Amino acid sequence: MFGAGGGTNSYEEIENTNVILLWGSNARETHPIFFHHILKGIHNGAKLFAIDPRRTSSARWADSWLGLDVGTDIVVSNAMAREIIASGLHNPDFIRHATQGFEAYARSVEPFTLDFAERESGVPKETLREMAHTYAQADRAIICWTLGITEHHNAVDNVQSLINLALLTGHIGKYGSGLNPLRGQNNVQGGGDMGALPDRLPGFQHIEVDAFREKFNRKWNTTLPPKKGLNLTEMFHAMENGSLKALYVIGENPLQSEADRKHAEKVLRGLDFLVVQDMFLTATGELADVVLPAAAGWCESEGTVTNSERRVQRVRQALVPPKGAKDDLEILFELARRLGHDWGKPHAREIWEELRSLSPVHAGISYERLASGKGIQWPCWDDSHPGEMFLHGRLWEKPRNGPPVAFTPVAHDPPVERLCPEFPIRLTTGRRLDDYNTGVQTSGYSSPLRRGETLDLSPEDAQKLGVFPGEIVLVVSRRGAIQAPVRVTESLRQGLAFMTFHFQDNINTNILTIDETDPRSGTAEFKACAIRVERLVA
Amino acid sequence: MSDSSYWFQPPPRPSLIPMRPQTPISPPVEVSIDGEKVSVPAGSTILDACKKIGRDTPTICYHDTLEPVNVCRVCVVEVEGSRILVPSCSRKVEPEMVIQTASDRVRHSRKMVLEFLQSSVDLSTAPQILDQARRYQTNPARYGDPSPPAIQNERDHHHAGHHEIPSGEMAQTVAQPPKVDNNLYVRDYAKCLLCYKCVEACGTDAQNTFAIAVAGRGFDGRISTEYNKPLPDSACVYCGNCIAVCPTGALSFKSEFDMRQAGTWDESLQTQTDTICSYCGVGCTLTLHVQENKIVKVTSPFEQEITEGNLCIKGRFGYSHVQNIEE
Repeated sequence: MFGAGGGTNSYEEIENTNVILLWGSNARETHPIFFHHILKGIHNGAKLFAIDPRRTSSARWADSWLGLDVGTDIVVSNAMAREIIASGLHNPDFIRHATQGFEAYARSVEPFTLDFAERESGVPKETLREMAHTYAQADRAIICWTLGITEHHNAVDNVQSLINLALLTGHIGKYGSGLNPLRGQNNVQGGGDMGALPDRLPGFQHIEVDAFREKFNRKWNTTLPPKKGLNLTEMFHAMENGSLKALYVIGENPLQSEADRKHAEKVLRGLDFLVVQDMFLTATGELADVVLPAAAGWCESEGTVTNSERRVQRVRQALVPPKGAKDDLEILFELARRLGHDWGKPHAREIWEELRSLSPVHAGISYERLASGKGIQWPCWDDSHPGEMFLHGRLWEKPRNGPPVAFTPVAHDPPVERLCPEFPIRLTTGRRLDDYNTGVQTSGYSSPLRRGETLDLSPEDAQKLGVFPGEIVLVVSRRGAIQAPVRVTESLRQGLAFMTFHFQDNINTNILTIDETDPRSGTAEFKACAIRVERLVA
Repeated sequence: MSDSSYWFQPPPRPSLIPMRPQTPISPPVEVSIDGEKVSVPAGSTILDACKKIGRDTPTICYHDTLEPVNVCRVCVVEVEGSRILVPSCSRKVEPEMVIQTASDRVRHSRKMVLEFLQSSVDLSTAPQILDQARRYQTNPARYGDPSPPAIQNERDHHHAGHHEIPSGEMAQTVAQPPKVDNNLYVRDYAKCLLCYKCVEACGTDAQNTFAIAVAGRGFDGRISTEYNKPLPDSACVYCGNCIAVCPTGALSFKSEFDMRQAGTWDESLQTQTDTICSYCGVGCTLTLHVQENKIVKVTSPFEQEITEGNLCIKGRFGYSHVQNIEE
């Protein structure tokens, strides 16, 4: 956000803030050690609001749980904004000093009255009002979110609506105030930082800016394409229309992780050439023309990763990889050599040194400094810079340092798949504490918590359908049907069902999910499809 | 957003380096320890002051990342003007405090604590405590031979008052068979000296799961799940954060327990390598304990600010996919 793609705060700030909005995140199970910092914040007196359709184990710690209907996040955030403005609790000094576009934004949220929001989102207006007032009046306040915000067809709008709240109240650019997406893997942040984005070179330098591209051209003695590439969604469209014929997949299992599995399989099978580089022969690997066995990045190779507080950290080799498996770098270097480019022998450290010379925000992060074990947060501009613990402090400088940041009005756009008499139940998907994504890494260890895949239903729906816990039912969406055992849980409200996608070799949840993606982020709407439940026994 | 200039050009650097707000620093406090003057920051404990001048202060229930619970009494010191010995791990320094750490009274008290523990608890996997006992010249044999172990679960059902008066010829012990009720943890309470660290780590000091607490009183005191349920039926989420702070090996990872039973656990063959967990974006440091190219245990450094030594079930146990299996 604002030209720096990272969470704005450090974990220690969440321990010392006054208000935490945990939005679309069950951090207690998906980011358990981050939740330890939230718990310290709670014990230090912070108020926690959990905005989540499910009453998750995180929400149980909240002072207030806002169980909104799936996909009404913008209703809630815009209504908060309207209430804050109407009550005069916004920060006019900050808005004047550091932002632009406030008037248009204020007009855009005007229709989102508390009454409208209660009707549309299902959250009582008193609760909405309380959250708006508490957030706006806090000395320090932090918003954290995860996939409950981003796995929607309007993911970017959702994020934008939260950014607007921070700008409205000035909860940005200060110790203990800011906006923090929690990353789902140890190097989601680092991957983006290193330029694994369609439009960015390492260090968030836009590929369409000549000066940036020229710098890399000189260093690499090559000519980079002057236009940005495709994001994942666009790649799938390109595969579908035949303009993308070959795919090289490293460490991902799209056949099982993409929404609408049948569609994903058809597209992947239609490729002329598919290469999969992974630790295991994944389901996607089984479709591949060539499989390159890779070492495990986190324990069988050297390098760095970057976490959700922008901290660059060292990963180190603890194990010798199994015979035949190679470090990702070795594979890429060997591939380059066979394509006629001899890059020499790969050394993670040399590559990092090259990055430091090209990415100003990483310039001060040396391997020597990383050896201490604590890591260093970017931006870190030179060898003596400590790294920035929070971002956007410039917005408070007088006179203002750099351009203002913009409000972006966003409209409410409910989930693409509406509920109807034929498909009356909203299915949302997510994760559990002891398993991870498609289960490639976690299915092998013996977790006493593991109970396999279930269709989680509210007690009301279970009773209405006449199903009992453990009963195998048919779950039907517009794209397909699967069988799953029922689990009844009070964490769900009537009309809402929940499944994970951890056990796809047995129960293929993504047969049901809808492949409606946000064209800007390329993220699919895993959080909202419509289903019905049928009994198999009379 | 794409029309904004900062989409293409990074924003300028802030003029000042972002920092946490400074808290006012109170003047240091000067105390006397065994006649030596020592100055420490206000808010320090007596233990901090003792450490600063290298004074021998044994601790068992104290841990850097946990709130002191003052139960083991092995760190006690004499403070002038105080009728009773005070636990140095929790007592804050006050100006002009006069502290004795090596008086006969202090040494005798520490020795008794260590001797009682040695006579009643299996300390075979607690070398640091045995070392302390040696330094205080304990003689646990004088309490007689250890009494025979309780049968499985017997100690979990002791109620106050339901005791025969011991003959005094044998040393009372907490000996009992280990509890093995899942594939990740073993609870060997014959080795438990009730330091409370596991309860603190499971509770408000770290995990906030509250799966365990101390049940019973006096010598029947024991760590228990609710209604003494097996771990898989309890609130336990298998983070292993209790095992990480256990000072005696009463709590251990099943991997370590099994290898010790089989006689294959050999720390001289093990390497410890710090890396970063891959299971989410928080960035927890994992210390991988590797023996013969296999991970045998996973810990996290206590001084690591992100984890303070704590992990979750995935980071702690989700490594079977990289275990190299010989063919």
